[in-house]
Order: sequence, then structure tokens, then C-alpha cells
Amino acid sequence: MTKQWLKIAASLAVLLPWQAQAELVIDIIGGTEAALPIAIVPFGNEGPTAQIDISEIITNDLANSGRFDPLPKRDLISDPHEKAEINFKDWRLLRSEGLLVGKVSTEDGELHKVQFQLFDVYKSQQLAGMRYQVPAGGLRRLAHQISDQVYEALTGEVGVFSTRLAFVTEVKGADGNKRYALQVSDADGANPRTVLQSKQPILSPSWAPDGERLSYVSFENGKTEVFVQEMRSGRRNSVAAFKGINSAPSWSPDGTKLALTLSKSGNPEIYILELASGKLSRVTHNSQAIDTEAVWMPNGKEILFTSDRGGRPQIYKVSVDGGRAQRVTFEGSYNSSADISPDGRTLTMVHGFKGKFYIAKQDLQTGTLQVLTESGRDESPSFAPNGRVILYATEQRGKALLAAVSVDGDNHRRFGESGTDVREPAWSPLRK
Amino acid sequence: MKLLKLTALFLSLIWFAGCTTTGGNQAGADGQNGDVMVEDRMGETSGIDGENASGTGIDGAETQVIVGEGDYTGDEINDPNSPLANRVVYFEYDSSAVRFEDQATLEAHAAYLGDNPNVTIRLIGHTDERGSREYNLALGERRALSIRQILMLQGASVQQFQVTSFGEERPDVEGFDESAWQQNRRVELIYIGQ
Repeated sequence: MTKQWLKIAASLAVLLPWQAQAELVIDIIGGTEAALPIAIVPFGNEGPTAQIDISEIITNDLANSGRFDPLPKRDLISDPHEKAEINFKDWRLLRSEGLLVGKVSTEDGELHKVQFQLFDVYKSQQLAGMRYQVPAGGLRRLAHQISDQVYEALTGEVGVFSTRLAFVTEVKGADGNKRYALQVSDADGANPRTVLQSKQPILSPSWAPDGERLSYVSFENGKTEVFVQEMRSGRRNSVAAFKGINSAPSWSPDGTKLALTLSKSGNPEIYILELASGKLSRVTHNSQAIDTEAVWMPNGKEILFTSDRGGRPQIYKVSVDGGRAQRVTFEGSYNSSADISPDGRTLTMVHGFKGKFYIAKQDLQTGTLQVLTESGRDESPSFAPNGRVILYATEQRGKALLAAVSVDGDNHRRFGESGTDVREPAWSPLRK
Repeated sequence: MKLLKLTALFLSLIWFAGCTTTGGNQAGADGQNGDVMVEDRMGETSGIDGENASGTGIDGAETQVIVGEGDYTGDEINDPNSPLANRVVYFEYDSSAVRFEDQATLEAHAAYLGDNPNVTIRLIGHTDERGSREYNLALGERRALSIRQILMLQGASVQQFQVTSFGEERPDVEGFDESAWQQNRRVELIYIGQ
């Protein structure tokens, strides 16, 4: 619960005591967040109608986050587009404390002037507002940027609507052969672009901390090989093509190294590759066990990884300099595919019991584990860069698709079925 | 006796024909034909060709028969009644232990490799779809290595092997139950360029 929210809730308590109290109670006792009502008035249009409905995208962003509950359009009492048109007294009759208005104007259909203002209707006060000039092709991006500002103004936390998702798709062609693609979309799954196509499987995309490079595993040469690809130029390099397995890349927080799984010694071990020099250092030395799926702790000094050294796959932690690994997960017979929250406090992983696989989170301080999903066919969890949501892959009626769950387990969403198998999601860092 | 051998040859040719018809698909499974396209953010594409090796294994090879006055001879590896005809071994869940019923098959392959030191074989490890893809990649390799170790203990030598893992990426049977999974937890034995 943020201070901002408390203030708003407190002011609600005076004006609408029955509702405000209910919300406060839920927040404090349950420790969960009630979705915050918000009124979003469809943006005004001057000139040719824009191809992209900005206020619609913002409404979907905020609703999908699970933190907001946009009022239905029919409940909006008028359609103001700027402060002068708002009668705050009227808007106070609604249960929403936030009011977002704005307008879009264009003369030539190409260059658009966009402005938005977010108000606290009880204080008649502007919380955020901006004016922009963007080309038509930038309207979608701008909508997500405005969503971020609204989210931050009302929750006090960073929004992730203008980040991106990477994932792998698989389609079976008319010739019966499978085609694989590595794609990058907006955070809401819209606007997907293919950055790599192959007849062979692609695995384990991992974003560099600058959000400008992706590392991944490709089978295009008949066996696993790790590549690093620049998003803007499409240029790429093979960085690991040793004998045996070359897989599971994970970027160091400073973006200079990759942790990798290599089996060139005859057994899968974790290595660290310094990208500039090509220098390779070995981290794990357990020749009987599978050690794989390294992920860096945000401090850059430790690595979490999956190992079956105890008989079954579990998550372990080890210093990047090597040394003794410490077991981290103890509940369940199968824990793998770790990802770590940006604050380094919460681990998410694939948690298997009774032959089914779920997304779970574990508090690294207390060790408390919570299962967040239900399908039993869930894999590849990836934290949003603000740590609020976990993106993962699941299956529904034989189709692979992406889904997301809030870290408190309250909000679930799926990225719609597209007829294509979609998997291996990786949430990008924040836009710099 | 001659009739018997001819019958055996005929059968092996039928078997062989069956295999060559699936050869086209197998080349894909060998993973040697990865045409790859890279696309940049502005929508321009640049092509990067993967290797275009033909990747045919034993299934795409041609046998030689000697047509003459005497007995026909073929290579025992193409005898459908030989344990050598068995080119896939299966595993229990999350296990790389060889099952009792596959021991005779592996003994035969080990003996063949021991007798033919110039023959090389590709071992391709696979898993079922359960669990993490990266862990399964490692598990597939562990299965292939476990087969290699058994073959080496029985007479094959290390340079005769190529070991690859596809993890869960190339299921033999699509499906979400044990009947599919048990057919996907496997190591394929593919003789190279015979």
C-alpha cells in the first residue's frame, strides 16, 4: 500500500465511508490489493481519426495489470477532454478517485499532437499531464508510455507497459515441417515482430540489461549453439558452439557477461563467458549432476541454478567465483527454471509435485513457498521488471500459450490463443 | 539355404525401402538443414544460411549386393531379424538407466561397432515434454551418454560416436499422456554414412 493510495483511500473514507472502508479492510487484512477504480474518458479527436485508439490501449493496460478497475464507459457522466471541461463535483459522485482525460489532433494523419491529464477528483488536482507530438507509427508506444505515467502516479511504483516481451513460436507448415520464430512484442502482446526464423528449435531467449540485445539457443546447425543478437541491426554472433550442449544463457546485471550451460567437459556445468574477451570461467564442478539454467542475482555476485546433485532437480545458489553451492528449494520433488525478482528477494520457479508442474514463488528470506498457478502444465516463469507480475508459458486444449500472474497470485491473465504455439517467454528490462 | 538367403535379402530390401521413404523426414530430424532468416527492427531481412549438409544416416545409405554365381551377401546391419535392426531404446521418466529389455539390442550394436571400427554412429537423446526444456536438454544428453558408455564397455571406441541431445524439442509422438511420453523418452541410434 503506497502513501498515495492511503491518502486517496482516506479521502474516500470521508466522502463515501461504506466503500472506502471496505477497500481499506481488504488492503490491510488480506494484504492483497483491491483494484483501484479509475475513470478513463475516451480521448477527443480533432482532424482525421487516428488509427490507434490511445485511451482504449491505456484502459486495457491498466485493467490487465490487475491494479486498476476502469469504470465502464456507460458510467462516465460526461466526456471532458481537458481540465476546463471537468466539473469535479459531478465526478466525485462516482467511486473513482482518478480521472484521465486527453485529446488527439492531427492535420495530415501523420503527425499527431497528443495530450493527457490525470486528476485526483477529490482534490481537483492534476497528478500528471503531458503534451506530445508523435508520428502515427508512434501512437501505440505513446499510449503505453501514458499508461506507465498513470500507473506510477497512482501506485507509486514503476509501470512496465512500455517494455517488451520475447518468446518463441512454433507452427507446422503445410509440408508438415515445423517452423520456429523468435519474436518480440509490446508488453500487452500486441505488435509482434519476428527477429529470427528457423526450421530448427529456438530456446531460452534472455534479454541483456540494456534491452537492446537478446541471447538465445538455436539448433539451426544441428546442435545447440548460443547466439547474441542486436535488436536494432539484426546483427548476431555465435558466442558458444562447443562440443556437447551450449545453452541456458543469462546476462549478468552489468551486461558484460553471460552465464551458460556447457557440457564440453562431458557433463553439463555452469560457466561464465566474458563477452568482450571471450574468456570462459567454470563455476560448477559436479561431474555426476546436471547443472543448468543459471540466473544472476541482482547483486551480480551469485548465481541461482538448477541441479539434480541431490537426486532430483532443485534450485541452488553459488558464488560466481565458484565454491560450494547452497540448496535453496526444499519443497516438492522438482524445482527448476528459476527467475529472481529485481529486488533479489523473491524467487519464481517451476514447481513440480505429483507429476504436475506449476509456477511458484519463494521468499528467499523466510523460505516460504506459494504456488501461483493451477493448470499443472506451466513452465518458464519470467519476472516483469517491476517485480509485480510473472509471465510464464502454459497449455490449454493442446495449444501452448503465454499467461501472467501477479506475484500475490490474485490476478491471472492469458495472452489469447492465436493458433500458433507460443512459449519460452522473457520479459524485457525497463526502457532506458 | 540359398532360397533362405534370398528371402532374407528380399525382406531386408523391403525393410530398407520402407526406411528410405521416410528418409526425407529423417533428414529434418537430423537437424542439418536449418535455413535461418534474421529480421531487424525496421523490417529489413538478412539471410544467414545454416549448414546445408544432407544429414542422411543409415536410413539414407545404399546397400551393395553382389550378384553372381555364389550366395548373395548383405551387411548384417540391414537384416531385419537382427537385434541391430532395433535403433531406438526407451527410458523411464527422468532416468537414463538402460532397461533390461534393451540389453540384447545394445550388445549387438556394441559387437557390430567393435567389429567395424571405421563405422560411426550418432546417438540422439530425447525426453518427454514434462519439466523444464533446459533440464530436458541435459537429460537427453545424459541418456545418449549412458548408451555410449554401455556400447564402449562392450567393445566400441569413443571416436565412433557423435552425441546430440534434442531434449523435449523433437517428440516422436505428439500427446499429453504416458502412452505418448514413453515413446518420446528415447535415444536414437543412427549409423552415419554407411
